[in-house]
Amino acid sequence: MRITRVLSAALLTLGLAVSPAVADSTPSASPSADGDAPTEAGTSFRTAAEFEQGRTATASASTGDYLYWSFPADAGGRPTVRATVKLPEAAQSSSTWQLDVYDGLRRRQACQYGAQTRTAGAEATSVELSCTLRTVRAWSEQWSDDPLPGTYYIRLTTIRLATADLGLPVGVEVGADSKDIGGSAAVDGSLAQPLVPGIAVTSQQDEDEESSTKAVLSSLEPEDGWASGWWSDRWVWTAIGAVLAALAGIGGYSLTRGAGRPTRVPPPGA
Amino acid sequence: MITRQRLAAGVFALLAALTVGIAVPSTAVADETTATAPKVNLLLDVSGSMRAKDIDGQSRMAAAKQAFNEVLDATPEEVLLGIRTLGANYPGDDRKTGCKDTAQLYPVGPLDRTEAKAAVATLAPTGWTPIGPALLKAADDLEGGEGTKRIVLISDGEDTCAPLDPCEVAREIAAKGIGLTIDTLGLVPNAKMRVQLSCIAEATGGSYTSIEHRDELTDRVNQLVDRAADPVVVPKAVEGAETCAKAPTLTSGLYTDREEFGQQRWYRVDVKPGQELRASVSVAADREVNPDYGVLLRAVTVKNREIVRGEAAGTGRTDVISTGLRYPKPEAENAEDPAEEDVAESVCLQVTNSYSPASGVKTTPGLPLEITVDVVGGPDQASDVASFGLGRGWWLLGVLVLVGFLAGVLWGWLSRWRVAVWRTN
Repeated sequence: MRITRVLSAALLTLGLAVSPAVADSTPSASPSADGDAPTEAGTSFRTAAEFEQGRTATASASTGDYLYWSFPADAGGRPTVRATVKLPEAAQSSSTWQLDVYDGLRRRQACQYGAQTRTAGAEATSVELSCTLRTVRAWSEQWSDDPLPGTYYIRLTTIRLATADLGLPVGVEVGADSKDIGGSAAVDGSLAQPLVPGIAVTSQQDEDEESSTKAVLSSLEPEDGWASGWWSDRWVWTAIGAVLAALAGIGGYSLTRGAGRPTRVPPPGA
Repeated sequence: MITRQRLAAGVFALLAALTVGIAVPSTAVADETTATAPKVNLLLDVSGSMRAKDIDGQSRMAAAKQAFNEVLDATPEEVLLGIRTLGANYPGDDRKTGCKDTAQLYPVGPLDRTEAKAAVATLAPTGWTPIGPALLKAADDLEGGEGTKRIVLISDGEDTCAPLDPCEVAREIAAKGIGLTIDTLGLVPNAKMRVQLSCIAEATGGSYTSIEHRDELTDRVNQLVDRAADPVVVPKAVEGAETCAKAPTLTSGLYTDREEFGQQRWYRVDVKPGQELRASVSVAADREVNPDYGVLLRAVTVKNREIVRGEAAGTGRTDVISTGLRYPKPEAENAEDPAEEDVAESVCLQVTNSYSPASGVKTTPGLPLEITVDVVGGPDQASDVASFGLGRGWWLLGVLVLVGFLAGVLWGWLSRWRVAVWRTN
């Protein structure tokens, strides 16, 4: 055990010493620390390009490609995913484009509203798609597929395409942002860990402290970390309610006392 | 302890760096990183048809050469790149010989840009288009190592070496489970070629692109090479069983398998009380399937009671259909034996798919299956719908104020009545 550790340390040092280029091979699928949006899309769940909410990921691709991105979404938000596809000029017939959103368990998530599927005519220059998910909840029963905090996958593709239009160049822009729904969506209970694929493996790696160079399924988390789930504005509402109830109680009590001493009761000592 | 280890490591590293650094620095790095380095094999069609002058006024060959030069310049350091040709050497009419004509122009390994460019410069459009045999050879070139493997096929015509269908060759290569992706690029393609090349690409999860201009070619090949350089999680191959009893036990991780049409696959996962099992499964359509399909993932106990299921169905062109499930196992309560509290339960996972093959499509090997398993700490159980049972909204305030007021009034009356009673007595 110790020998392997020493050896690997030595090899690492060797790599660093001899070739800085090799050491610099940081994963480009996961964005760098400054949070640049990716300019490439993934081609499967495994290779999905990660971006943070509020940023716009771009990609150049070919018609017929299946394009994947992923972003983190936390409890209390209602994410909306938007995509714009710049269609090829050389297209000869219409094509149908679809935007699918999957959660961290690769379960397809329903869109509340938004044009998830659109057919673009042969002359169309671009097509815009959007999908508004249900509000992400902190907890749900195991049998439901309510959106839970974690990674969300976006898949963009053509679901109907003429063979003659296969493989033409398209430009794609994808973004996601969340509307804060607040306490009305605050449910009881919470997940021990967010629904991030591979989290059991990555948390183990963190303990081993050699995860830095290893590829992971998903590495992004919300800017201020995953919400612990105990705070919601329900605390404020309940507290205000308690204060108002107390005041109303005092008011009601003093109402029965009238304004001052009752007339038939003589003052003490009279 | 730690200091001593570090010291030893440092001395060792220094010695190693000195020795190797003086001797052959570049190969040393290569040896050390080869195991996980991404490998790309560029497979270039050099058949006679590449003479046609229809890419930006240049011949297809000239355009490909120019694009290759630019790609070779931009290839990331860590990528092991090779170049294989098809139809480069045999100009004759003998179909049998012509269909074996594929050669490794530049071996897969650390890239020497000058050498590679020199090799590319020698190419001249010559022979047949044996895509199938070339793909097999190209896959052999990439054998070994743990890194991602990618073949980029650049062709300007469909395969001329039937009956070996290159599409089926691609599927068989994918079924070997070496994690190889084939991307195809068609130069000035016609309809038949589009179908064939996109079939090859889809069989391995790759992509197909039509090329009409030289810069498109350069950009796309660069993009694909860069994609190969992106580190990805490599799934472990596993073989599911027909029944739960014989199923392999999985721990947290990413796995692949193959599942034929109408076949069931079983796996087992051990879940301790207080842990949560998260499993997701994707079944990929790597060949032409009918446009309505589904997948079902069930978690059942060893006694065949269903705990929870994930199901998905879809319609239209697709690469994959996927679903997942969660199973939080509650903490063991008042177990008689404390040892029993920590006993893991074997949960059986059953995967079935309802893809159906389009007519004339081979059903073996099975469809690629990808499974992720995560066993994590269990969640808090919710005791109420609302967070901590707290209230919210104007109705809550109204009720609280009203009840508070009534309580105040009642309390006031009560105390007045008590004072009055006390006085009269």
